[in-house]
Amino acid sequence: MAILTKEEAKKIIDKVLAFSKADEISASLSGNRTGNIRYARNSVSTSGETYDLSLSVTAVYGKKSGTATINEFDDASLEKTVRRAEEIAKLAPDNPEYVPMLGAQQYVNTNAFAQSTAGIDPEYRAKAAFGSIEPCSKKNLTAAGYMEDRSGFTALGNNKGLFAYNKSTSVDFSVTVRTADGTGSGFVQRDYNDASKLNTNTATEIAMQKALASVNAKALEPGKYTVILEPTAAHDLILNMMRNMDGRSADEGRSFLGKKGGQTRLGEKLLDERVTIYSDPANPEVPGSPFANDGRPQEKVTWFEKGVVKNMYFSRFWAEKKGVKAIPSPDGIVFQGGSESLADLIKSTEKGILVTRFWYIRTVDPQTLLYTGLTRDGTFYIENGQIKYPVKNFRFNESPVIMLNNVEAIGKPVRTNGSLIPPLKIRDFTFTSLSDAV
Amino acid sequence: MQMSGLGLGAVMLPQVPIMGNPVAEGQLLDPWFDAATKKKLAETALNAARDKGATYTDVRIGRYLQQYLFTRERQVQNIINAESYGIGIRVIANGTWGFSATSDVTPDGIAKCAATAVAIAKANSKFQKEPVVLAEQKGVGDKTWKTPLTKNAFEIPVREKIDLLMKVNGAAMDNGANFVTSNLFFVNEQKYFASTDGSFIDQDVHRIWPTFTVTVTDKASGKFKTRDAISSPMGMGYEYLDGLATEKIAGPNGMVGYRNSYDMVEDAIMAAKQAREKVTAKSVEPGKYDLVLDPNHLGLTIHESVGHPTELDRVLGYEANYAGTSFATLDKWKTKNFNYGSKLVNIVADKTQPHTLGAVGYDDEGVPCKEWDIIKDGILVNYQAIRDQVQILGEKESHGCCYADDWSSVQFQRMPNISLKPGTEKRSVLDMIKGVEKGIYIVGRGSYSIDQQRYNFQFGGQVFYEIKNGEIAGMLEDVAYQSNTQEFWNSCVQLCDKDDYRTFGSFFDGKGQPAQISAVSHGSSTTRFNGVNVINTGRKI
Repeated sequence: MAILTKEEAKKIIDKVLAFSKADEISASLSGNRTGNIRYARNSVSTSGETYDLSLSVTAVYGKKSGTATINEFDDASLEKTVRRAEEIAKLAPDNPEYVPMLGAQQYVNTNAFAQSTAGIDPEYRAKAAFGSIEPCSKKNLTAAGYMEDRSGFTALGNNKGLFAYNKSTSVDFSVTVRTADGTGSGFVQRDYNDASKLNTNTATEIAMQKALASVNAKALEPGKYTVILEPTAAHDLILNMMRNMDGRSADEGRSFLGKKGGQTRLGEKLLDERVTIYSDPANPEVPGSPFANDGRPQEKVTWFEKGVVKNMYFSRFWAEKKGVKAIPSPDGIVFQGGSESLADLIKSTEKGILVTRFWYIRTVDPQTLLYTGLTRDGTFYIENGQIKYPVKNFRFNESPVIMLNNVEAIGKPVRTNGSLIPPLKIRDFTFTSLSDAV
Repeated sequence: MQMSGLGLGAVMLPQVPIMGNPVAEGQLLDPWFDAATKKKLAETALNAARDKGATYTDVRIGRYLQQYLFTRERQVQNIINAESYGIGIRVIANGTWGFSATSDVTPDGIAKCAATAVAIAKANSKFQKEPVVLAEQKGVGDKTWKTPLTKNAFEIPVREKIDLLMKVNGAAMDNGANFVTSNLFFVNEQKYFASTDGSFIDQDVHRIWPTFTVTVTDKASGKFKTRDAISSPMGMGYEYLDGLATEKIAGPNGMVGYRNSYDMVEDAIMAAKQAREKVTAKSVEPGKYDLVLDPNHLGLTIHESVGHPTELDRVLGYEANYAGTSFATLDKWKTKNFNYGSKLVNIVADKTQPHTLGAVGYDDEGVPCKEWDIIKDGILVNYQAIRDQVQILGEKESHGCCYADDWSSVQFQRMPNISLKPGTEKRSVLDMIKGVEKGIYIVGRGSYSIDQQRYNFQFGGQVFYEIKNGEIAGMLEDVAYQSNTQEFWNSCVQLCDKDDYRTFGSFFDGKGQPAQISAVSHGSSTTRFNGVNVINTGRKI
């Protein structure tokens, strides 16, 4: 029941819209089935499954809006919810930034739904966990992992003629493998729309290898190093930068995209000319939603082209005020890369450090996008194109803007947390201290 | 880790977890089931679970209310009134935990939910390697507990709250701010706990957090600087916003510390002036400094470097794939001489301290709350543990720090208040500064990051003042300190006394997969740490 078809969803939404007496009315109907399994110390600790189908109705009078939700769908309940949203709207203060609802829109086709994921049952989850735990137990390693699968749909409609529907599935898996004495630790993560692409057993092998290879880590002096960031590590810093591309903040002079004299860096070359980043909901490897929460179409948008800032995202209010296109913030991104694999990048490195992942990344200075955080679960020293030995974890203080000006090589992008991110070779990456953590 | 943070995004509308459905403001005051009805429903669950084969059952019937207000400059951005209610049933069957929850609080819905919980326990028991060992807990019978408050925040009209935030924003703008966002967060947990031990506990828990961020921009240089509120989230009602003069503590350079009463307008004025001053403040010279840390800053350092590493589930490896494990291993604890800190360092855990976020009568396993030592005279002496963990420590009684963030979430070990005891010698912050030759005085929570075993950390702050030869020498910028937990706490050389003691708090502390939030306080007085490594965080892009 959690996943309604387009027709079933439209029927409910149309009913809601017909009940309303408000100036504007919109309805958002969404359903999800989410399942998870968690394990630690080579044993399942929790598992569960939840179903959720809920309707959210927003009524608007002038610049006042009110929202009410319900999870019952008989006519009386629907009407009651519309009336409640109207009552809340009437009592709400004016929102001076209110922008009238959108009319009918055109959306691109995306394909983010896979039956293989929608069909996951408790037995599948148990087997997936077992497939990860079993090889670790056999080698006296300890696994702690988590898998979450989701299948769901979202439908939007309003009395201005807008209707949008999308269904999607996803599965996210991660595991940390540690040696029995706690001196080695490895990590791997995988995410797909189509669960048939996930093999927890082979993925766990990578974390196992890293755990075993990271034992007896040597301490290197902190300082500036050439690093190879695996896509998981590169992802976290790049996505932090992307979350700061709000155009209003730049216009207001409180963003890394603001500059002297009150102008923004739009059109300015800010990153290395090999850096091109775009988003595309129709990308078959990382399909996104065809629409944003407010019904705006998600389209292919280039954010950086050959290092130049090409676009920022805006609220509809601010875009209207500035007379620019109201581009919504993207779901995921595609960082354009080359053809070299991670192994190729290692091979071409004279001296450097391989980073599996970063941890506890926090903003230090929003002006320069300086972040701090640490390496974790597999950090290795590379010499003459080969991994020589594991090294102790480092704390870094680095800005993705500075990092993306120090590009040595960009590898082949791979799917990472819903984005396509390449492994990156970066020179002069700033490590400021050592950590004893394993 | 989205919710693991303690801070909120300042510029954009904060991404805070909303757990209920939107309701009208007035509905937040609607009465819910009385205790007798809840007891009847709970008994339905206890009986249904027993009939299906559970050897232990606990039931949480909960109604969780939230009111969040968001404003910027002279306008309201959003008002959220949310309600979530239902029942969570946890059982032991075949020596294994099972949990299920439902919003269908009819006898039929509850019976089905209990049956599901037992079925899950039985299914999971096939994979169970370590059967649950539950510390004994005598039933406490029928009990009630309520956050001691004088003004229920949900009874204060939204209009009055908006007026306050507009006054706060106006005060900041009038004093040099270019932008300001301000928020009020109110939470009320009405929760009823019952277990097969014979406990029937009705609790009414209130929390409040007023906060803001002031931003100053300088067009000529393109610089922007922010200063966040130095309020603390509290386990109090609306009376926290009375701004009582008797609860203010005078600091250096006009700084004010707020104990159990907060003057939001006064702080906004100070914030605007300090944010402006930051634009031209001196960039710090990196090196070793003696740090004088205000309680509103030190609380976060305590949280990250003492609170999390002494959670027993982390120590045992249950959080290895997410938050991580801990350097504070059982081996170190067993030696009885692991020097976590200097002799001055006495850290206690509690869920009883009045006005704190952790204070309740009973935890979510029906265990009466108490206070216990974590670090005594610098030595690691204990951890934070719940009913199925304390046997690992050779103890027979749970510490009473089990919590679930909603009726639909399963309860697990969460951090109680973790606080540094104040010094016994009479000393104010002004006295402390007089004794420092080369140092930095830090107030407020800034950037924070710590490794997955809680050794290496880096903290920023909101306001930094250079101390030279016992005196404040002006404001500093680009300051962050990096240290190692054990080294840092062993460099603790001086504490202010109890008159300076205040609590800091985290409203949205995250843990677990799927993630749950919790709220926790950390008390301390201003404290001095010698020879800490300070780095300069200034960069150019």
